[in-house]
Amino acid sequence: MTMLTTARFCGAAALALTLATGTASAAWEPTKPVEIVVAAGAGGASDQMARMMQSAIQKNNLMKQPVVVSLKGGASGAEALMYMKGSDGDANRVLIAYSLIYMLPLSAKVPFNWRDLTPVAVIAFDEFVLWVNASTPYKTVKEFADAAKAATPPFKMGGTGSKREDHVLTVLLEKKTGAKFAYLPYTSGGEAATQLVGNHTASNVNNPSENLEVWRAGQVRPLCVFSKERISYKGKVAGDTAWGDIPTCKDQGVDVQYQMLRAMFLPGKVTAEQTAFYEDLFKKVTQTAEYKEYMEKQALKPAFMTGKDMVKFLEEDDTLNKGLMTDAGFVAQ
Amino acid sequence: MEAFGLLLQGFGVLLTWKILALMMVGLILGIFVGVLPGLGGPNGVAILLPLTFTMDPTSAIVMLSCIYWGALFGGAITSILFNIPGEAWSVATTFDGYPMAQKGQAAEALTAAFTSSFIGSLFAVLLITFLAPSVATFALRFGPPEFFAVYLLTFCSFVGLGREDKHKTIISLTLGLLLAGIGMDTVSGQLRMTFGSTELLRGVNFLVAVIGLFGISEILLTMEEKLALRGHTASISLRTVWKVWREMPRYWATLLRSSIIGSWLGVTPGGAIAASFMGYNLAKRFSRDPKSFGTGRIEGVFAPETAAHASGTAALLPMLALGIPGSGTAAILLGGLMVWGLNPGPLMFVEHKDFVWGLIASMYLGNVVGLVIVLTTVPLFAAVLRVPFSAIAPMILVSCAIGAFAIQNAMFDIWLMLLFGIVGYVFKKIGIPLAPFTLALVLGNRAESSFRLSMIGAGGDLTVFWSNPLVGTITTLAFTLLFWPVISALFDRGKRLLLPAKSERSGPA
Repeated sequence: MTMLTTARFCGAAALALTLATGTASAAWEPTKPVEIVVAAGAGGASDQMARMMQSAIQKNNLMKQPVVVSLKGGASGAEALMYMKGSDGDANRVLIAYSLIYMLPLSAKVPFNWRDLTPVAVIAFDEFVLWVNASTPYKTVKEFADAAKAATPPFKMGGTGSKREDHVLTVLLEKKTGAKFAYLPYTSGGEAATQLVGNHTASNVNNPSENLEVWRAGQVRPLCVFSKERISYKGKVAGDTAWGDIPTCKDQGVDVQYQMLRAMFLPGKVTAEQTAFYEDLFKKVTQTAEYKEYMEKQALKPAFMTGKDMVKFLEEDDTLNKGLMTDAGFVAQ
Repeated sequence: MEAFGLLLQGFGVLLTWKILALMMVGLILGIFVGVLPGLGGPNGVAILLPLTFTMDPTSAIVMLSCIYWGALFGGAITSILFNIPGEAWSVATTFDGYPMAQKGQAAEALTAAFTSSFIGSLFAVLLITFLAPSVATFALRFGPPEFFAVYLLTFCSFVGLGREDKHKTIISLTLGLLLAGIGMDTVSGQLRMTFGSTELLRGVNFLVAVIGLFGISEILLTMEEKLALRGHTASISLRTVWKVWREMPRYWATLLRSSIIGSWLGVTPGGAIAASFMGYNLAKRFSRDPKSFGTGRIEGVFAPETAAHASGTAALLPMLALGIPGSGTAAILLGGLMVWGLNPGPLMFVEHKDFVWGLIASMYLGNVVGLVIVLTTVPLFAAVLRVPFSAIAPMILVSCAIGAFAIQNAMFDIWLMLLFGIVGYVFKKIGIPLAPFTLALVLGNRAESSFRLSMIGAGGDLTVFWSNPLVGTITTLAFTLLFWPVISALFDRGKRLLLPAKSERSGPA
């Protein structure tokens, strides 16, 4: 906590300093191409989002310097975290973060703490949905859970990565339904989707974007969304079903909720001016048509949070994730 | 023949000056990217992707895929001239390509490489054109056990069919598997063998190892042999090209076999790398004169290049039809498609017909134009061999270092590359083959995780590898290849026992 206070103090001091020097000098702007660091592989949800931002910034001339996307998905994303940690003071690099910032340090003892970086903005929330192969008879979570309970060998649940959000959701699902799953960690959500279509797994808990195309093709069926309320999009997506037609898992009698942040971070030790530039930049990005279209298409929940609100949210989210990881027994000793 | 009509429409979309010009630009950029070791197709496409955001999707994908074709062509150039694979899938091309260059047949080897690349792509494109939907369904049949069986087949074909001593192949393979284990274990989510180092988190990058093992060690060996690059009297003319083309039909079986292997491994993401190795090994196995492989046989260039290209091209099919990229470059192209609002998946072929068929038509056109470009520049590339070694070695070294650095922007990788250079030098001196090592490094992780996923899914029951005809056939084939030397020896003995009279008669004669 002291670290955070010091950081805030420094920030405040820097801000005061800028105000003192007056507005004669123009606000800070990047002097080199800006690198969006992706903590996942090519084609994954983070990569897609980074490319959307790259094209939104470029097409709408939101910044003079060009944007490059740099993929640092090594070691399940730990590579990107260590890269950002080692970039203190370099305001030309922004990380597009998700729940791995809480989970990876716990499960794999990666020496990283998100408080070492500078939070800039939360830009969206991603949902999770329980999916089954369309050729199976299950229409409700209860039917599926009952079948899973009776099955030997246990049903296979596909997901991305081990001891991460998909795995945690699987454990939560086991606890609430009493069924047991054999969890298969694949390397990407896309792979988890095709493996479900090929009937190599019985179900997965993919993000909407990861299963969108196979759903539209009628190959998979959503059972419920792990969220407090239904997804807000009413436009028809697959046949005459919309994202909003998927019931919540809670309504289906299985009270499991999880939403994942998509947020931007600068490295540590950047000035308040630099942070302010990016807050403004991402604010403008969330107002572009590209962003809005992307949110709707991928069924993401639009959001925008900066400054104190964001830090408060991150602290709460961290506690929540830590609790889930501890309950699931995924914290490395 | 609905496909044929759609394809013609696709050509109609492409035949404008603007698109043809973009195609040329893409191909030339791609060849450069392919020539520089380590820079590679994925990086090249990633760097140039933003350039295309302002274009319409068809122009953009045509240019990007042409960079990809260019890189596929370019990868062979340095393999043949300097024994340094420009791309991972060109490793197998060095086996016979470099000896050919040493014998003064650099131009022949390059022509062979480019032409067979073209044939491989053409085969795969034809497959995409006419069989896209059914091939895509075939790929869906691959779960963890099937994937593991394919990797096992690749490993076994190496041990069973390799020219080198079996124990040395196994030593090399095992060391590669060990190094592949460094970094994050995706199945348990734990770090392995990183010893607290953040540099080791990423694991050992395959390309860094390839550049060191092949490139740096080759420079060390050449230095030892009095700074002379051998084989610099390559005569180059159109006649050479013609000569190679006339010879080609004789190797139709190799070309066809490699095309099939390549397409298969491209569709089921086994990758161009495994395909090129398997193509080479099988060509050797079925050859009447296996011992001459590795000494500069043109067939040894045909086989891996055809397979690598067929695979590189076929890898685009699962990307379009399933949204699963079959290769690194395909994964970046996938990212690009999404930026243009095209979501690859089962409905792509239905909803975006114009785009898909424009792309397929561009595969035909891009490969033809690419072949012409690379062939006309063969003399230029082969002339590099006439430059004195003392002048070119530092350039190669710098280019290797840039390549190793560029893969992950890490200084550590340059040290790693130098270390692998020394390892490669020692291995060559004591006769341990390098190829199994690199193969294990690239496929080790995937093989391990698909094995463990199969075990989790089957509750530890090994019979899962014979649980359906598909996986059973591949697994059995793998073991047959592994024990091939024993099996063929038994066959020979059996023949002698069955036909004793004949062998007695032929003896004294």
